[in-house]
This record gives sequence, structure tokens and C-alpha cells, in this order.
Amino acid sequence: MKILVCLGHVPDTTTKVKFVENSTKFDQTGVQWVINPWDELALTRALEIKEDTGNPVNSVTVITVGDISVEPTIRKALAIGADNGIRIDMQPADSGVVAAQIAEVIKSDPYDLILCGIESSDYNGAAVGGMLAEHLDYPSVSAVSSIKYEGDTLELNREFDGGFETFTCPTPFVAVVQKGITKEPRIPAMRGIMMARKKPLAVVNPINSEVLTEFLKFTLPEAKPPCKMVDPENVGELVNLLRNEAKVL
Amino acid sequence: MAILVYTENWDGAFKKVSFELISFASKLAEVMGDTVTALSIGQVPENELSRLGNYGAHKILKVESEDLTVVDNQVYTKIIAEAASKEDAKVVLLAHNNVGKALAPRIAVRLKAGIGSGLTGLPENLDPFITSKKIFSGKAGSAIEIKTPVKVLTLSQNSFEVTENKLDSKIETFVPEAPTKGVTSRLNMEKQSGKIILTDADVVVSAGRGMKSPDNWGPIEELADLLGAATACSRPVSDEGWRPHNEHTGQTGKIIAPNLYFAFGISGAIQHLAGVSSSKCIVAVNTDPDAPIFEAADYGIVGDAMKVLPELISAIRQVKS
Ligand SMILES: Cc1cc2nc3c(=O)[nH]c(=O)nc-3n(C[C@H](O)[C@H](O)[C@H](O)COP(=O)(O)OP(=O)(O)OC[C@H]3O[C@@H](n4cnc5c(N)ncnc54)[C@H](O)[C@@H]3O)c2cc1C
Ligand SMILES: Nc1ncnc2c1ncn2[C@@H]1O[C@H](COP(=O)(O)O)[C@@H](O)[C@H]1O
Repeated sequence: MKILVCLGHVPDTTTKVKFVENSTKFDQTGVQWVINPWDELALTRALEIKEDTGNPVNSVTVITVGDISVEPTIRKALAIGADNGIRIDMQPADSGVVAAQIAEVIKSDPYDLILCGIESSDYNGAAVGGMLAEHLDYPSVSAVSSIKYEGDTLELNREFDGGFETFTCPTPFVAVVQKGITKEPRIPAMRGIMMARKKPLAVVNPINSEVLTEFLKFTLPEAKPPCKMVDPENVGELVNLLRNEAKVL
Repeated sequence: MAILVYTENWDGAFKKVSFELISFASKLAEVMGDTVTALSIGQVPENELSRLGNYGAHKILKVESEDLTVVDNQVYTKIIAEAASKEDAKVVLLAHNNVGKALAPRIAVRLKAGIGSGLTGLPENLDPFITSKKIFSGKAGSAIEIKTPVKVLTLSQNSFEVTENKLDSKIETFVPEAPTKGVTSRLNMEKQSGKIILTDADVVVSAGRGMKSPDNWGPIEELADLLGAATACSRPVSDEGWRPHNEHTGQTGKIIAPNLYFAFGISGAIQHLAGVSSSKCIVAVNTDPDAPIFEAADYGIVGDAMKVLPELISAIRQVKS
């Protein structure tokens, strides 16, 4: 059993978002780049599954589509515990390109379980996992909030609006994961950082893939009017405001 | 030509978002000069199906089969893509919820279409097709161009008003060529019992670590019951196991946009706000006057949630009676 985790490389969630070049480009100055939060959870869970020696997992590979600047992100994943990394050497234009590129790599070297996060925290595409599965004609399970072995079979929990379902799915398949999959993302330890330097990181050339969508312009939300404060001794006034001013009650 | 809308049902009744989608599609069809075809998969009674006509569906396609009670992404993708081809659809529209996010990207690849996910409104331009979506979890907006002849779109929930536009629509049975049996198998299902679904709710009562203990959630639930609201929480609260995971809102949890969002004892960290800042009205109750939640809120009370809650409940009871 081989596991592949697709890792996005995104600005830290506390980044102050700004745009340049007449609001057509994201301002990268001073941005701290991190592993996309869901992908970090996916990686942690993949490693937990591998470490449980009862489970038939041989390796955990991470893959990122990006230029050389994403390598620290891949190295971090290796330091956390992934066995090897793959970088597809290009600037990804959108989710469609990322999925097409990763699909090509998987076609030549298949994996049994492929984990993607539910969305990238920057452009919120929520698309790569599903697209990847369709390119490969693999089954996919989305909004997965738990994944574990029951005997030899992987059991998944999927959330829908109104409850949870438990699934099994024949391998190979794509699981698109969300929170709950594991509690805390793992952070690299000193030993892991040392070992990561020696782990293999393959650089793969991209194939031609068509770009079907394009971000033309960015906007920042308008400043909100200040919060209206209500006296804690006069809670009735809040009800009055919600009914008669905001008209939401 | 048509706009194909996948309308999701829950136990045979359409979700509110399905009517939002039809309303959106109906407006889009008007400017594009197309018609709206709704596609329903699963067992839905005829009178429920015909409700889609109230919001502007010209035609309603129904696909019925026992196998389809469980959403298998591969099977559903094939059926929706087949219906899109049959209807010569230029736009395929789904909800930006868990089901839509699972299916739309697969459908897009199958139809060689570009995808616009989590749209917040009608396109600003048709040719080129330019539409708007939020990015950076709501910290910014963007204009995105979709360059393909066929477009797959998902619409953010609660971002388009349900609008009546009654049509004399016809219901047709659609028998897809694709097999209806998938490879995934469902072992078990757990329904969230009797509660309002968080992503569907108009009013949400949410609470954070400021509540101090899971034993203090009584008044939160009481207020939610009183308002017909869903309950929600911040991430540490669900991480601690004080509340179930499906209540966690924020960047890594659910992204919601109700009309009214109450935040009791929530500091308002940027990751929390990412999931709730699109709410139309935010009310914050917090003991700390400098809590960042007050920057995002429309109305605020500096005070102890455990004192404010009972007073709020009784004040609402009073105006209700
Ligand atoms: C990558 C990442 C992703 C994250 N994603 C999310 C997410 O999706 N959702 C999320 O919520 N968080 C998320 N977080 C965590 C987030 O940063 C905050 O830690 C979290 O939101 C804080 O939760 P809280 O407001 O309940 O708790 P606290 O920050 O502990 O705040 C408690 C608040 O309660 C107030 N208080 C105390 N006593 C009372 C009282 N008696 N009455 C009224 N108020 C009182 C305090 O003044 C304080 O403001 C994420 C963090 C990271 C790093
Ligand atoms: N550049 C990338 N390289 C590898 N995987 C990615 C990349 N971008 C996104 N992904 C994966 O796709 C998921 C969904 O991303 P998106 O469709 O961009 O929102 C992420 O959680 C990652 O698992």
C-alpha cells in the first residue's frame, strides 16, 4: 500500500492580504508560506496510519506542483515524516492544471490511496481532489472526517449536511479530507529535520496542460461600520435593534 | 440550450439551497437567453418536484433508482454530465456544499469545462464569462474568467435570494445510460437528529471557549430552540470535545453565511471570522472590550455570556408572546 498526499503551498492563515499591480496580483512581500492546513492534517493522518504496524502501509509520498520556491514546504513534510517528495516544476495557474499534472505522475507510478485537502486556503478552489479522481477514473470520497483500517479495509467517515456516513471504497481511490481526520497537525522534530535533508525529492517536468480559468482582478472588502455597543444592563435594547434596525429577528 | 441545475434533496424534500440555485439559474437564463433544466436524483414525490417550477425551472428531469440513495461520486458525475450533454447545457450549476464540492470538479473534467467554485453572485459579463468569488477564506474578493464554452459553477449558500418565478414546468423521467451502481459501499449512516442543519440555517447561535465548560451550553441550546436556529462553536470547543465536530465554524470548519450570527465567548480570531464574516448581521457578547470579534460584529455587548444569555432569552420570549 502506497499513500500519496497532495500538498498545497499557501500563505500562512494570519497573512494580511494585499494586492499589487493595479489589484491584479497577490502581494507576496513578507508572506510566510506554509503547508495548506487540511493537507497538513492529511499528511499527519497518513503517517499515523503507516506507523501503526498492524496496517499494510509501505510508504507515504508527498507531491506539490510549484517552482523551486515550494521546496521548503516539501522539506517540511519530509521532516514531519513523509518518506519521499515529488515536485512538478511549474507555477500552477489553477486547480485544473494542478490536477492534470498530478494525474500524469500517478498514471506512470500508481498509488493505492491519494489524499487531498478539501480546499486551498488561498484561492479556495475546492476542486483538485475531485478533478484528479476524474482524470484517473478512480472513485472518490469527499468531506472525509475520519479514515482508519478495519482489518485490511479502509473505513472512511464522510460528512454531509445533516449527518455522517461510513464508507468503504476499493483501492485505488482519492479521499478528499477535511477537519476531524486527525486532531493536531504534526510539527517537525530536530531529528526529522536532519533526516529530511537526505530523503529523496524528485523534480518532474510538467506536461502541457490547458488553463481554463483566470483570476483577472482582486478586491478587498469595504470597511465595516463600527460595532454598535449595547449596555449589558439593557439586553432588551439588543432585541429591539435586531428587530427594528437590522430586521433579522 | 439550457442551464442544468443539480437540485439536491434530503429524504425526498429539496434543500433550501436547491431553490436558491433555481432562482439564480433563472436570472442567469434570462440574460443568456437560455432555459433552466433542474435535475433531481433519488426518490422525490411529484408534488415536491413541481415546487422547482415555482422558482423558474422550465423542465424537471428526474432520475429514480434504489441504487442512488447513496451519493457515489463517480455514478452521480456520469449521470449529471450525461444530462448536461442531452440538454446541451452551457452552464452546469451545483451548490457549494459538501455534495457540490465533491461532484462539480469531476463533472468539469468530464465535460472539459472550466470551473467557478463558490460564486457569490451573477456573472458581471457573459462573453468573456466573468464572475465573482471570495478568496482567502473571505478576506478578499476576485473576478474570475472561465474560458471554456461549457462552465461548471458552484454557488455559495445564502448568497442568492430565493425568488418566485412561477412557470408551467414539465417533469420528465430521465434514464441515464451510465450504470447506477457504484463501487463505494455505505456501511452506516448517522443522522443529526431533529436539529436545524448548520449550513442551511438563517440564524446561528455560536459559542466559544469563553463558556468555560461544556456544562454551560444549556442556555445556548435554549436560545437556538427559541429562534429556530442552528448551534455552532469555535474550533477549540470542538477539539476539546465539548461540542460535536460538525458544529465547528471557521476557516478549517464550516463556512456559513446566515442572516444572524450570535458569538458568545468567542474571541474572533481571524481563522474563526473566515468562516462567519459573510453573515449579514453578527452579534458578539464578550467580557473583553478589546476582543477582535467586536471589529467584525454589528452589535456587541461587553459582558458575561452566562448573565446576558438568560436575559436575552427572556427578552425574546417577551416580544414573541
Ligand atoms: C491554521 C489554523 C486554523 C484555524 N481554524 C479555526 C477555525 O476554523 N475556527 C476557529 O474557531 N478557530 C480556528 N483556529 C483557532 C483560532 O486561531 C482561535 O484559537 C480560536 O478561534 C479561539 O477560539 P475561542 O474564541 O473559542 O477561544 P479564546 O480565544 O480562548 O476566546 C475566548 C473568548 O471568550 C471571552 N470570554 C471569557 N469568559 C467569558 C464570559 N464569561 N462571557 C463572555 N465572554 C467570555 C474571552 O474574552 C475571549 O475573547 C485556527 C487556528 C489555526 C492556526
Ligand atoms: N500546487 C499544488 N500542489 C499539490 N497539491 C495541491 C496544490 N494545490 C492544491 N493541491 C491539493 O488540492 C487540494 C484542493 O485544492 P484547491 O482545489 O486548489 O482548493 C489541496 O488541499 C491540496 O491537497
